[in-house]
Amino acid sequence: MMIGGQSFRPISDRRPWTFYALGGLFAAYMLFLYGPMFVIYLLSFQGENGGVTFPMVGTSTVWFQDILKRGQMANIPISFGRSISLAALVSCITVVFAVAAGLGFRRKFPGSGFVFYIAVASLVMPGLLIGFGIGLGFQFLGLNTSLFTSALGAQLTWTLPFGLFAMFAVINRFNRAWEEAAADLGASAWQRLRHVTLPILLPGILGVAMGALTLSYDEYARTTLTIGPLNTLPLELYALISSATSPTLFAIGTLTTTASFLIITTTLILVFRMQRRRSLANMKVG
Amino acid sequence: MDPRFDVELVSVTKRFGDTVAVDGISLRIPRASYCCLLGPSGCGKTTTLRMIAGHEAVSDGDILIGGQNVSNLPPVLRGTAMMFQSYALFPHLNCLDNVAFSLKMRGVKKMERHERAREFLKLVHMSDYSMRLPAQLSGGQQQRVALARALITHPKVLLLDEPLSALDPFLRIKVREELKRLQRELEITFIHVTHSQDEAMAMADVMVVMEDGLIRQAGAPREVFERPVNPFIARFIGGHNVLPGPGGPIAIRADRCRLGIAGNGPHISGRVTVVEYQGTMVRVAVTTDPGDEVSALVPDELFHRQPVEPGDAATLVWSEQDVHHMAQA
Repeated sequence: MMIGGQSFRPISDRRPWTFYALGGLFAAYMLFLYGPMFVIYLLSFQGENGGVTFPMVGTSTVWFQDILKRGQMANIPISFGRSISLAALVSCITVVFAVAAGLGFRRKFPGSGFVFYIAVASLVMPGLLIGFGIGLGFQFLGLNTSLFTSALGAQLTWTLPFGLFAMFAVINRFNRAWEEAAADLGASAWQRLRHVTLPILLPGILGVAMGALTLSYDEYARTTLTIGPLNTLPLELYALISSATSPTLFAIGTLTTTASFLIITTTLILVFRMQRRRSLANMKVG
Repeated sequence: MDPRFDVELVSVTKRFGDTVAVDGISLRIPRASYCCLLGPSGCGKTTTLRMIAGHEAVSDGDILIGGQNVSNLPPVLRGTAMMFQSYALFPHLNCLDNVAFSLKMRGVKKMERHERAREFLKLVHMSDYSMRLPAQLSGGQQQRVALARALITHPKVLLLDEPLSALDPFLRIKVREELKRLQRELEITFIHVTHSQDEAMAMADVMVVMEDGLIRQAGAPREVFERPVNPFIARFIGGHNVLPGPGGPIAIRADRCRLGIAGNGPHISGRVTVVEYQGTMVRVAVTTDPGDEVSALVPDELFHRQPVEPGDAATLVWSEQDVHHMAQA
């Protein structure tokens, strides 16, 4: 329909062709994102005589059993343990500092902008270089790099700024009147934090904890040069990929994905339940 | 000692950086009175309330509550309780725990504090909702819980920051009756911040009109309405026509003006711009020949006997005794 030199589409319930074009693009994106993962999950159930590619020669769980056997894979469960303990520690430290800094940054202070920018600058620095620098620094000081010293520090340069950003988003929706009301009702500073601020921020804090956990769990670039002699799971896997190929690798992938998936789903369910209970009705600030 | 005033402000000033939000105001609020702080936004009324509550430090001057200087005391030691504009109910606690919060902070055992909280929920007719979370309540219900939570601390002074602004107009009138009743029964002072002159006139024993960080007039609503001290007050309170007079500005109540014929008495002529039907009255707005906006509130019967329409020529008349002389703004 042409009116005044402009064309208008007649009103109808039919979707325009662009809807289908963009829908197709999205489908391709999803396939690209999840396709390879599904192939890996599928191939991890490869039959005993099968290889790392299709076709499937029957199905078995032999590759899963292989992980726990002595031999080449002996380091996998151990490095998994290391990865998880490191991730847990990283997550705890990130939460403590991100919450404290997030609460602190609610108030402008001299140099707060500068402090904020140098805190988040390490997000944009190449991880490998940071790891390299920390490794060099340790060597220079005559210290040995190891899991809970240099690797921990290197991972924190990544998770702390991330946690701080996430905390800003969480704290933005926090109504200061809650704290004032608590003070009005006789709560001390510690009681306000314990009974009002932290419980209200808890869903967001759990989110930050989970984010830091997963970032640390599969971190490679910063960890590889700071880990010392004992590998984390991603480093161990990388070493395996370059030396040996068998469906055992896929089995490991399936297991670790399941583990992360379970952790994240549990957290999400917790967070959603908390948020539904409260909803956002009270978040309005007058 | 039995002080005559529940709250006294002595040249209280609040500065935020270079801006002066409250500029050396002094005020005495008699015992057990309902005081409304009224004014346009940015006039300093909320800052004043927050200074009385102790959520804002005074830059200069003193605040006395029950005869005691509380200027440097934290909120909890002042004997005040505040009801916040958005109510600020704790979203993670149910009504009972919200109301019991202050007792919990003082270490009162669970059984006892829940029992006392139930009493206060009963006082505000919210007993049936004690297990609900704030998000599951309507605005009016949230407000009652917030009121119970404030009153359980047995305050000498209850501070209310625009308590009715989040409610719909019908509920607003109901709630203001209830607040007034509670204040009379509890025999404590309520200080209520509002930008609605209707609300202040309906509720206040003491009405304090603020502008630019200053108190422009304080007194009983009737006194303020009948004798506004300056054109700002007359305009802000509404229902007045402000005109230049021989010895300074004058105010004439709109309901004392009639549409008529210029005679010997005071009058002003112009053109009708708006006719607004208000039920019992009809408001006729007139732009005078010099360009002033004035209006007459005419009883509907009288109006319909001689109706006018926008564009008609009209003359407003009033009697000399209704002229109120004011100071220059």
